[in-house]
Amino acid sequence: MFGRLTLEALPLYSAIAAGGALVTVGGALVVAIAITWLGAWRYLWTDWLTSVDHKRIGVMYIVLALIMLLRGFVDAIMMRAQQAMALNSGGYLPPEHFDQIFSSHGTIMIFFMAMPFMTGLINIIVPLQIGTRDVAFPFLNSLSLWLTAAGAGLVMLSLVIGKFSTAGWTGYPPYSGVEANPGVGVDYWIWAILISGVGSTLSGINFVVTILKRRAPGMTLMRMTPFTWTALCASVLMAFAFPALTVACGLLALDRTFGMHFFTNAHGGNMMNYPNLFWIWGHPEVYILILPAFGVFSEVVSTFSRKRLFGYESLVYATASIAVLSFTVWLHHFFTMGSSANVNAFFGITTMIIAVPTGVKVFNWLLTMYRGRIDFHPSMMWSIGFMITFVIGGMTGVLLAIPPADFLMHNTTFLVAHFHNMIIPGVLFGYLAGYMYWFPKAFGFELNRGWGLASFWCWLIGFYLAFMPLYILGFKGMPRRMEQYNDPSWQPYLMVAAFGAFVVLLGIGAMVMQLYVSIRDRRKTADITGDPFEGRTLEWATSSPSPAYNFAVLPEVRDREPFLEMKERGVAYRRPAAYENIHMPKNSMVGVAMGAFAFALGFAMIWHIWWLVAACGLAMWIAMIARSSDDDSEFIVTAAEVKQTEDARYRALATKTGATRTGSRK
Amino acid sequence: MSAAVTAHESEAAETHEQRALGFWLYLMGDAVIFALLFATYVTMVNNTDGGPGGKQLFDLRNASLETALLLVSSTTFGFASLCSRTGNRGAVLFWLLVTFVLGAGFVFLELREFAGMIKIGAGPDRSGFLSAFFTLVGTHGLHVSVGLTWILIMCGQVMMKGLSVPVTSRLFRLGLFWHFLDIAWVGIFSIVYLPGLL
Repeated sequence: MFGRLTLEALPLYSAIAAGGALVTVGGALVVAIAITWLGAWRYLWTDWLTSVDHKRIGVMYIVLALIMLLRGFVDAIMMRAQQAMALNSGGYLPPEHFDQIFSSHGTIMIFFMAMPFMTGLINIIVPLQIGTRDVAFPFLNSLSLWLTAAGAGLVMLSLVIGKFSTAGWTGYPPYSGVEANPGVGVDYWIWAILISGVGSTLSGINFVVTILKRRAPGMTLMRMTPFTWTALCASVLMAFAFPALTVACGLLALDRTFGMHFFTNAHGGNMMNYPNLFWIWGHPEVYILILPAFGVFSEVVSTFSRKRLFGYESLVYATASIAVLSFTVWLHHFFTMGSSANVNAFFGITTMIIAVPTGVKVFNWLLTMYRGRIDFHPSMMWSIGFMITFVIGGMTGVLLAIPPADFLMHNTTFLVAHFHNMIIPGVLFGYLAGYMYWFPKAFGFELNRGWGLASFWCWLIGFYLAFMPLYILGFKGMPRRMEQYNDPSWQPYLMVAAFGAFVVLLGIGAMVMQLYVSIRDRRKTADITGDPFEGRTLEWATSSPSPAYNFAVLPEVRDREPFLEMKERGVAYRRPAAYENIHMPKNSMVGVAMGAFAFALGFAMIWHIWWLVAACGLAMWIAMIARSSDDDSEFIVTAAEVKQTEDARYRALATKTGATRTGSRK
Repeated sequence: MSAAVTAHESEAAETHEQRALGFWLYLMGDAVIFALLFATYVTMVNNTDGGPGGKQLFDLRNASLETALLLVSSTTFGFASLCSRTGNRGAVLFWLLVTFVLGAGFVFLELREFAGMIKIGAGPDRSGFLSAFFTLVGTHGLHVSVGLTWILIMCGQVMMKGLSVPVTSRLFRLGLFWHFLDIAWVGIFSIVYLPGLL
């Protein structure tokens, strides 16, 4: 009846694991009680969970990302604490538990923190920047969100029922095969990734079509904002790289569940195929994450330097060439696997080449700042911190791209330091810059600057303290993922690294405080004009938060910085002569339902509960057919309703300009 | 009035165009899946672990018959598409059903081949080669089966809703899917069956 699932699946093997389970269940209960107490279930269901509005879907993605950031960070600080303590002793974590923690840390940070954060930012901003009312496939967008959430849910569930994978976030066989790893851990990892991976593929398709087909009149490709360009390239990569992940994890699942021999030791398996398949997705994935962050930096640097972006076209070409080249470097993740010297040399050279367009971009940003009037908004600080830190990481990357050098550093903490040095400033700083930059657009009030700066400095200093020692430890030969060690000369560095992690913790605390203080003071910092930062692009042309239909009248684009151009022409806030009826997509509960079924399907596959697999598969099939046969998925916002909403906005705008006028008279 | 109708029509055309592009992108992603399964198969074709190889297992007559069924079904689907343009509902239904029967025949032949192999102990868990064979060919067969249910659903829609704009738009995408499976099969025939027997 319940397959492999028995009471022994409860995490009673260690007090810390049981504590983790209690915190997860307790946290979920507290949230549920709070929603019930506020009587907000209906509101949550009708206005958010079933919404197909791209802005709300984006917000939900980012909420998911921030929750998973906390979970992933708890993993990180537990690892740093363990390694700081574990000289000639077991520390406080048993090996079995430590291995689950580093596996879930990587899995969560890539798939369930960075991916939803990026998809969320793209969702909120790209349709506004290209001047459209919605994405090409609004329902598919909701489905992508709930498939991602289902995957994240499976990772969280592994804390309570059963164990998570111990095979690292890359899950290499044969260790992740069923002989070495017969439990459910690797299956949790596989199904979380397979389900959320389908969501990412669909997001990619959705945004390619949205950007190519739904731009406002006059917006040619070379008038798109840099963020939209990077979102386009990242979406193309998502649509074509994620299928490779599906194949890699799917074949591993066939090996594990049905006894096949793709990657097994015996019976004609070839385990070296796995890293190839995995990294054919995995390297483009790095750019899927990093390109949109580059887009954010481009917007932020230009806005807060009060200058047009320097070398727009070179930045666009650099972005596109990175997207193409990202498919040609995957082998550098396993130079030591035993390919011939020529093969390694080829991939070493392509890896060095891909650093060139990346370098071009750094000059774009630097020269945009040059002689600009810089406003040191927290978003700008994240960008500056990124530029300096990222260049250091880039140089260690070029070092690792040399195969003979890679042989020495492979699998050491030098590598760990390198990719954190790319991904924390290059991805996370970018998303946080975007979060603080576009927050008023999504919610209608600004985030507190002081706490934002505090958070930035803690993150930056904490980052250097946590990862520079790992470079040194890598040179000293410390392998990654060690639960304990016996070389006393390593310990001081590991203690500094642990201290750095605690400084980052302060940074996260400052982010929480920033949110609290900003919500408390939201009336004082309300963004009435919709343009708090003297913006240049179309997202600032609508109110904050934007109405469901984004633009009452679709804007006409005449320049690369259309909103700035409208302001200069004096038409930015001009009322249109008349309004028209607007078609908008109806909310749908099918997305949530499909997510729930996918979650149950994954759970059933993990625990071999075959009847539930069949039932969920059938339910998803029926839901999909019902939805795809529905011809009535839109409703009409009447011109009168649009006028009412817009009138309210113009009234607010009038009081705002009136208030500043009286202010200046004094 | 007429302006509103044209606006509505151009909106419908835009929707169709966006869905077509989205579906092309999906197919290209699917092509990546097939490409990687082909690559995996090619690297594992000799990993028979002392078990049977293609020469012992494949039957060129069966594979040729499968090919014929699928290629003809692509043609008959083409007839259905043509009839949908002239608005001939009955003919669309007829050609869709013919396509369904041919596709079902293909799936039957494939399942019979699989069952025969499993019966003599050459199932997907026998060797790396057979894992790769069953996964590649089976993935294609699964796609065909999905296409078959989709054909049935579209038959129902044509009967109940007629050849409305959304229904013909869906028929168009089903057509892309069905012809794509043909191309994938041509790859399977020439990379799996022919070299396996020669």
